Amino acid sequence: MADEQLPKAVAGPLNFVDDRLGTVGFMKRNVKKVFPDHWSFLLGEIALYSFIVLLLSGVFLTLWFKPSMLEVHYHGSYEPLQGVQMSEAFASTLHITFDVRGGLLMRQIHHWAAILFMASLMVHMLRVFFTGAYRKPREINWLIGIGLFTLGMVEGLFGYSLPDDLLSGTGLRITQGVLESIPLVGTYGYMFLFGGEFPGVDIIPRMFTLHVLLIPGIILALITAHLMIMWHQKHTQMPGTGGTETKVTGYPFYPVFMAKGGAYFLYTFGVIALLATFAQINPIWLFGPYDPSAISAGSQPDFYMGLLEGSLRLMPGWEITAWGHTLSLNVLIPALLPLGIIFTGAAIFPWLERWVTGDHRYHHVNDRPRNAPTRTALGVAMVTFYGVLWLAGANDVLAEKFHLSLFATTYFFRVTVFLFPVLAFIITKRICLGLQRSDAATMAHGYESGTILMSPEGEFSELHKEPAASEKAKLLSKEEPKAPLPAVDANGVPAKGTKGPIGHLRTRLALWWNADTVPIQGDGDPHHHGGHETEEGDQPKQLTH
Amino acid sequence: MSDETNENPAPERVIGTPAAAPAGKVLVSDDEAGPVEAGFDIDESKAKKAERIVALLFLLAFAAGVGFMVYFIGWSGRDGGMHGIERTQESNLWLGSLMTLSFLAMAAGVTVWFRRLMTSVPIEQERHDLATAEATRASFARDFQQGTIDSGFTKRPLLRRTLLLAAAPLGLAPLFLLRDLGPLPEKRLRSTWWGEAVAKAKREGKQGVRIIVDGTNVPLRASDFNSPGGMITVLPEGIHENGEETLTLIAKATTILINIEPELIKPVEGRENWTVNGIVAYSKVCTHVGCPAALYEQTTHHILCPCHQSTFDATDGAKVVFGPAARALPQLPIAVDDEGYLIATGDYPEPVGPSFWERG
Repeated sequence: MADEQLPKAVAGPLNFVDDRLGTVGFMKRNVKKVFPDHWSFLLGEIALYSFIVLLLSGVFLTLWFKPSMLEVHYHGSYEPLQGVQMSEAFASTLHITFDVRGGLLMRQIHHWAAILFMASLMVHMLRVFFTGAYRKPREINWLIGIGLFTLGMVEGLFGYSLPDDLLSGTGLRITQGVLESIPLVGTYGYMFLFGGEFPGVDIIPRMFTLHVLLIPGIILALITAHLMIMWHQKHTQMPGTGGTETKVTGYPFYPVFMAKGGAYFLYTFGVIALLATFAQINPIWLFGPYDPSAISAGSQPDFYMGLLEGSLRLMPGWEITAWGHTLSLNVLIPALLPLGIIFTGAAIFPWLERWVTGDHRYHHVNDRPRNAPTRTALGVAMVTFYGVLWLAGANDVLAEKFHLSLFATTYFFRVTVFLFPVLAFIITKRICLGLQRSDAATMAHGYESGTILMSPEGEFSELHKEPAASEKAKLLSKEEPKAPLPAVDANGVPAKGTKGPIGHLRTRLALWWNADTVPIQGDGDPHHHGGHETEEGDQPKQLTH
Repeated sequence: MSDETNENPAPERVIGTPAAAPAGKVLVSDDEAGPVEAGFDIDESKAKKAERIVALLFLLAFAAGVGFMVYFIGWSGRDGGMHGIERTQESNLWLGSLMTLSFLAMAAGVTVWFRRLMTSVPIEQERHDLATAEATRASFARDFQQGTIDSGFTKRPLLRRTLLLAAAPLGLAPLFLLRDLGPLPEKRLRSTWWGEAVAKAKREGKQGVRIIVDGTNVPLRASDFNSPGGMITVLPEGIHENGEETLTLIAKATTILINIEPELIKPVEGRENWTVNGIVAYSKVCTHVGCPAALYEQTTHHILCPCHQSTFDATDGAKVVFGPAARALPQLPIAVDDEGYLIATGDYPEPVGPSFWERG
């Protein structure tokens, strides 16, 4: 038992603050707050720590960066561009790179941290989706996450546009072209963003303010809200790790989680520094200053914008001109539709799922992806959709590397962007159901031990063994769906919620959602069933709501 | 779950694989939180060893941190500061490696610390109801309703409506403040600086404005651009004399000249006089989203935009043959002046660049 007296050095300040704010109550409640362990819970932490790295390295860069489009002649220590005319923004970026000690390192740290931030957000969101961790009560945090990802994309675009190099200027040019295509207000939005025609002299200072103040401020506020909500609601728990809907198990915040979090922060910073040291990123001195009539082949945006690039490339040149107006479907559809489908779909998914399944309960224990085959399959279909468009954003590079016809790659992606998600849905769903069957078999008569027995009669058979308790808990975590509501009750009255076309649709969707699910039951003891295949005919585990 | 004991820690993936739990482990080492009884007594000799490893890693981190500072002060600025790309490369390698080492060594030290030396045991906590109790909700509802009644907000609609009315302009005002972000589009997107330059030249009695080569900025003679297959980026003469507007004007006026065998050019109605001996001029701004359509393949006479691969046929009025662009690249009317220089005789007949709503 630890001492109840704190050492003086701690007690002094602590009591000072507590006398005035009453902080010890809060600290007492949280010092041993339980944090469940699972490797996938670390993904969000990578994003958090990358963001801290972004703030620190970003502040460093602002000390020298000049957000100005005033044309100057470069006189710095990078010889190849000596005397070349360029914007002050580009010249100051060269200055940071070549004349500020550690400047290149900080630039590369900032850029790699941004990539890692977006990548870890992406994977974190996939984890949350596939384990069903977005379900009640965590829908708000799910929406905050989608908001963070969207803001991250804009923040990243603005960030890599700031140096005013040839590559980023081309990106801005595309942004402008997309903006211009918006019906009714497009040209106004264009003029107002750029302060006149492209590129003008206002866009870099404006993006700078948005990039270093407004958007990071909002991101910081949303991250704070995200963490406070997570802290308040407590973490979800993976099935079979001891947690239940009413209990959470794991290690205490102090000291274990704090030490782990600290180490993890250091790992994240270390890996970013490693990348910044050895992996060159955004070598703007090779691209040169922005020149609106120049471009280099193979221009690629940062990876998180690749989807937009790909969809712009795949779209056929559809345009409608009528009554003196032009509607650029060839730009509007690819710019809005794919991301619209993905973000809107993700945002409404918790409510959609609730409506279809009729499940309004709290969920603190996550699903195993296989146990929600329709959700998992929809998610994989969406990932495939995203992935095809993302790859299409590099079709020129693919065509060159694999010696394919450029146009052939475009046709290929035009077909597969529709085909592959459907295939992915079907295949994923079948894989999930197959895994369910394997779980059911394990629970019905134990797992295959790999030990071969020969009976006195000479018959060979494999010995089945009972799985460990935690394994059984994991397998049994699957909830069986409620039996579908009968269309009419005993008195011939249609059940509530099944009436009308909407009710009919809902019933159909609910059936589709749970189609072919495999009940998992049994105790995993091989002796109870004597080796029979008893997957069917038994009563599924009933749910109590 | 609670009946799970520590003799048989849950295997992660392969069912039935023997437990890999080393004796004397401190925290349960799997991703899976163990039962309440987990958390071993420390074997002091092993703990000592772990402690020394942690301390060594921390010392390494300290040394790397000091090394960072030493290099920074002592070496990176030697001989009077940075010297371009080589010193940058060198300092990036040193500073970055030392920084990486310092972070990773410290991280590894903390990792060994909590895995080998921390004696915390897994604990369990109740999840409390998130929703407020019905009684509290009801009580709040009463208080809120009482407040509304007391304020007279519902009883006196005149107050309420005039308040909303008063607030509306305040809410909209910020939008008006943003009005001066930029000019209105008006006819800006309909013309390029070619038009202005040609008009000025015509006022001076010339036939048109001379075409200068982008980069060298010297006027181009038709005889200097006479081999089929060539492509060159050009601008109107005098465009660089527009101060800070220059880049913006270039962004719209940038033009490609292509030399094609004259017999291959398909005549476009009304543009019969727009080419000079197979030299044809198109806007370089892609009609898709505005990238420079900068690639020209002389065997197929295709102009390709490297951003999204819109492809235009240079022999046929730069019509779209593939890709997401919906319109042909606008063509610039060109001719030759008395001294043999290429000139533009007018502006583009239609807006250049991406389509927009008012374009028509």
